[in-house]
Amino acid sequence: MTTNTTEQGQTPAAPAGQTVLDARGVTMRFGGLTAVRSVDLTVNSGEIVGLIGPNGAGKTTFFNCLTGLYIPTEGEVRYKGDILPAKSFKVTAAGIARTFQNIRLFANMTVLENVLVGRHTRTKEGLWSALLRGPGFHKAEAASKARAMELLEFVGLADKAEHLSRNLPYGEQRKLEIARALASEPGLLLLDEPTAGMNPQETRATEELVFAIRDMGIAVLVIEHDMRFIFNLCDRVAVLVQGEKLVEGSSETVQQDDRVIAAYLGEPFEENKS
Amino acid sequence: MNTHTTTNDNAPHKEKPPTGLIPIPTTTARALATGGGALTIISAFLAWTWTAAFPGDLTVYGYPGGLQWLVLITGALTTLLGLASYDIKGIRAITPGNADAALKYAALAAFGTAWYTILAISTHLGGLANLEPGGWITAIATLTALTGALALPYPRPRTYPVDPEDTSWEQFKHRTRNGMTVLKGAFAAETPPTPRKLNSYLEILIIITALATGLLVFTYGIGTEYDELFIGFLISVGLGFAALAKAGIVAQISVYTARHRNITLIGAFLAAAAFPFTQSDDQYATIGVYILIFATVALGLNIVVGLAGLLDLGYVAFLGVGAYAASMVSGSPSSPFDIHLPFWAAILVGAAASLIFGVLIGAPTLRLRGDYLAIVTLGFGEIFRLVAMNSDGASGPDITNGSNGISSIPNLKILGFDFGIEHSIAGFTIGRFANYFFLMLLITLVVVLVFRRSGDSRIGRAWVAIREDETAALAMGINGFRVKLIAFALGAALAGLAGTVQAHVTYTVTPEQYQFANTVPPNSAFLLAAVVLGGMGTISGPLVGAALLYLIPNKLAFLGDYQLFAFGLALALLMRFRPEGLIPNRRRQLEFHEAELAPGETPPPAVLSKTGA
Ligand SMILES: Nc1ncnc2c1ncn2[C@@H]1O[C@H](COP(=O)(O)OP(=O)(O)O)[C@@H](O)[C@H]1O
Ligand SMILES: [Mg+2]
Repeated sequence: MTTNTTEQGQTPAAPAGQTVLDARGVTMRFGGLTAVRSVDLTVNSGEIVGLIGPNGAGKTTFFNCLTGLYIPTEGEVRYKGDILPAKSFKVTAAGIARTFQNIRLFANMTVLENVLVGRHTRTKEGLWSALLRGPGFHKAEAASKARAMELLEFVGLADKAEHLSRNLPYGEQRKLEIARALASEPGLLLLDEPTAGMNPQETRATEELVFAIRDMGIAVLVIEHDMRFIFNLCDRVAVLVQGEKLVEGSSETVQQDDRVIAAYLGEPFEENKS
Repeated sequence: MNTHTTTNDNAPHKEKPPTGLIPIPTTTARALATGGGALTIISAFLAWTWTAAFPGDLTVYGYPGGLQWLVLITGALTTLLGLASYDIKGIRAITPGNADAALKYAALAAFGTAWYTILAISTHLGGLANLEPGGWITAIATLTALTGALALPYPRPRTYPVDPEDTSWEQFKHRTRNGMTVLKGAFAAETPPTPRKLNSYLEILIIITALATGLLVFTYGIGTEYDELFIGFLISVGLGFAALAKAGIVAQISVYTARHRNITLIGAFLAAAAFPFTQSDDQYATIGVYILIFATVALGLNIVVGLAGLLDLGYVAFLGVGAYAASMVSGSPSSPFDIHLPFWAAILVGAAASLIFGVLIGAPTLRLRGDYLAIVTLGFGEIFRLVAMNSDGASGPDITNGSNGISSIPNLKILGFDFGIEHSIAGFTIGRFANYFFLMLLITLVVVLVFRRSGDSRIGRAWVAIREDETAALAMGINGFRVKLIAFALGAALAGLAGTVQAHVTYTVTPEQYQFANTVPPNSAFLLAAVVLGGMGTISGPLVGAALLYLIPNKLAFLGDYQLFAFGLALALLMRFRPEGLIPNRRRQLEFHEAELAPGETPPPAVLSKTGA
């Protein structure tokens, strides 16, 4: 399923080391609760960065701040040097795509249609074009479909293109979310617990998938609870505890950090859907 | 395609052999059902009553009249399905679905129609004494067929034993629920397999036959001359259609129509265009044109509600805006403007005016989510009506001529064709309303095309995505506000388009034509009902829904003040038993019946697993 099809040429692989995402002093308050407190984080091109932390640490909230779903109370987020717009659809157009911790597919659309919706920002055809159906319309639709099928092939769902997405098993729904996010041709992909609810084989397959996405020239920021998954995968890991960034560094550094072990790894680990 | 049949659900209950609702051996039951059907056919040729005082003249031997025709047809359907259930080669092929379930509905249709007729005769003429032997034979024949059909075995759905510790009221509820489950199981049928591909011409022939049948049924229904015949028609058609659906014929035809979409569209258009030619006077063309106006507006609303998921409770106001705008520029003496634009210009004015109003209403409200939109549109609808009512020069500026409205709108003349007079085409007389019927049909076609093309495109997918999950849609880069505004404005413009024709058909445009709820469609409540009743997100759904919602109150005038009550009751029942509408979108069908299709792991007492869909 992780056949790396010819994916080159869509996002020119930025020279390694270029900063893709630069979040500075991001703070998010909900009334009296500070869910994220002054977090700095950078993601460079060609990198897979992990974000770990106990439940309720503010990881998802941080993601929401990066994707325009929330407007951070303080701080700024830059994508490839430009400050991010405050609307989530503009963020996607700028080049950041995401998946959701609690899967948010368009349940009553087919698998293919879901991915086609992901193409929205990269296509232009408006209402008039749809009504008049000129040659441009047919060409654009065909190109979109071809690209969507390629992506379904890439995540291994091509043979289920016509199924309703609600009927897919859990693991495949997560993959479809990834395909849908990739359809917007992002430069940075944010994955919120992509292996939650998966069995070990599926988790390993997802690992391969993330590597393949990185090889396509897309930087990846991933939230995960599965430690093996994170430490295998990531070039760099940041640890969030109670809204604050505790440590950041390579997998080895983080694994051995006393504070992390005390705050997080030492605790009995439990799967939970906060 | 991946629906679960009920078989696996019943697997642990193999020890109980399947039985019917009535304990009669299967072979006898089948023979009774089929024989009963055959006898029903014969009995339709007998005299049922002695006097022609009952409408339709059921006194003649050898020639069926009125309601007898309906009994004859449903009886024939019963016989046919009965034979098909014998697995007779050739006939079996017409029922790719569940022949037994279909047979039950057909027998029920014949029984319902026949017994309703007998009841109607008795009440009309005062007593059962007015029946001739033919009537008794019909009663017995249909009862026999129904008994036989109900005795046919079927896989029992799972029920759960009553908890003896429960209160007696709880036990009663539980037993009732079990009873309902068993009863529903008797009429359930699994989804028929996807039909195999036939020769293209054969498929098209089937589509044409279906469309012709549709035209025939519609023409018959519109032409029913007395209440009893119309009620009998509703019973026969409703249950007969259910029988065809259970037999898998409806699903089969819809696969073919999906495969030949353009031919179906052209065919349906031609069938509709043939309607005025089947009528000898303009009376039913009037109903036809009003149904078309109503249906077209309902289809426009379906873009807003069905595709984009925006609840618009004031939609009829856009029809009103279009009608007013067009009438004011079409040379009416009561218009404040002394201009008479050609029709193409008037139609543009009408659609543009509605479009502008749509944007004006939509822009501030579509940023909000959920119920706000429903409330604001409801308010807008009423504001429009009140403003039109008061802009009479006395309590407001002199624009709309108040409650008298814009009247005496001249008939259209397009390329020398005068819509106001009768024309003779190929020997047929085409009256004023028939003229407008053809014009309206063109508008309907435009709206159908707009619906189909916009729905199946980038923008249409964005609408559905917004409806499904707005947050996720935004995160996929869809500018939710913009896309919703397009749907809203498009819907408004289409209603305005229909309004321009409506203004000419009715001669007069008054504020009272555009209410939220009223006994005469179109009004906002009926429009929404037509969409929901017919099936959200489909093309044929709102068309069928609108036709029914127009015809039923129109034909059943005797309901009088109870009309809205009956309407509400019918809608409530429909939403309880068929929430996806009469012609469901494939998606919505799954949405609403998911619980019933999922393998039964649900906790027993709370959710009884139901079979089929
Ligand atoms: N919209 C919101 N309003 C109020 N509190 C919120 C909201 N979103 C998240 N929170 C709170 O912020 C904290 C962090 O939540 P979250 O980011 O989901 O944690 P994580 O993803 O790390 O498990 C939690 O205490 C949560 O209750
Ligand atoms: Mg989270």
